[in-house]
Amino acid sequence: MKSTLKPVLAMETLNVSKKVMVQNAQGLHARPADLFVKTANRYSSSIEVTKGSETVDGKSILNILTLAAEQGTELEIHAIGDDANEALAALTELFEQGFE
Amino acid sequence: MKFSDFVCQDAIRAELSADDKESVIRELVSALVESGRVAESDHEDIVKAIIKREELGSTGIGRGVAVPHTKHPSVERLVGTVGISHDGVDFDSLDGEKVQLLFLLISPPDRPGDHLRALENISRQLRDEMFCKFLKQSKSCADISQLLEEADNNQFVS
Repeated sequence: MKSTLKPVLAMETLNVSKKVMVQNAQGLHARPADLFVKTANRYSSSIEVTKGSETVDGKSILNILTLAAEQGTELEIHAIGDDANEALAALTELFEQGFE
Repeated sequence: MKFSDFVCQDAIRAELSADDKESVIRELVSALVESGRVAESDHEDIVKAIIKREELGSTGIGRGVAVPHTKHPSVERLVGTVGISHDGVDFDSLDGEKVQLLFLLISPPDRPGDHLRALENISRQLRDEMFCKFLKQSKSCADISQLLEEADNNQFVS
């Protein structure tokens, strides 16, 4: 009898992270935080942002704003999921462009 | 930073009467003028600056909360106030919900750090659902003051 089962893809959950620097003079205020969260929510991967010992949900603006990340602050973005590489690249680019 | 560092007690409004975005911003700036924190002559300029900032993207950050704000050279330190709209105001919020709770901030142009720390405090406290709920249910300025004081004393943040 012929099997109707589809082959199971070897789904590998990606787990990537990168350090970024807050470059814009005003820091991660409401507008950049909004842009970050909107970008993060375009991806299915879970996103976390760490400042020092504090790690918050990168898809929640209330959480991002609690970081009070000023210019010069180093943050680590952590993406876990199938599109983690794409998410990390898009989020990192926001920092590199100073949220312009 | 604590609420008591930037919220002007006598500019708190427990029952905002305005029912649209511009009017509610105007009402809160008026409260700051009446409390003597903002000069009457700067009123219109500040309202316009806050509305211009809203046009760049709503400060309605979800959970029925908005943080309309601007930088303005007329203030020497960060000043802010809190207002409750029991019916809610359409604020083009990020989550599409009406806004009941408003924190309005005016900061000196050269102090981006203070503005960030005020946003930090507001967002940190509002992550607590009970605090958010109690604040929206407040019926008087005294109730609001008491909740802010309790939050400052870490009664809500776990």
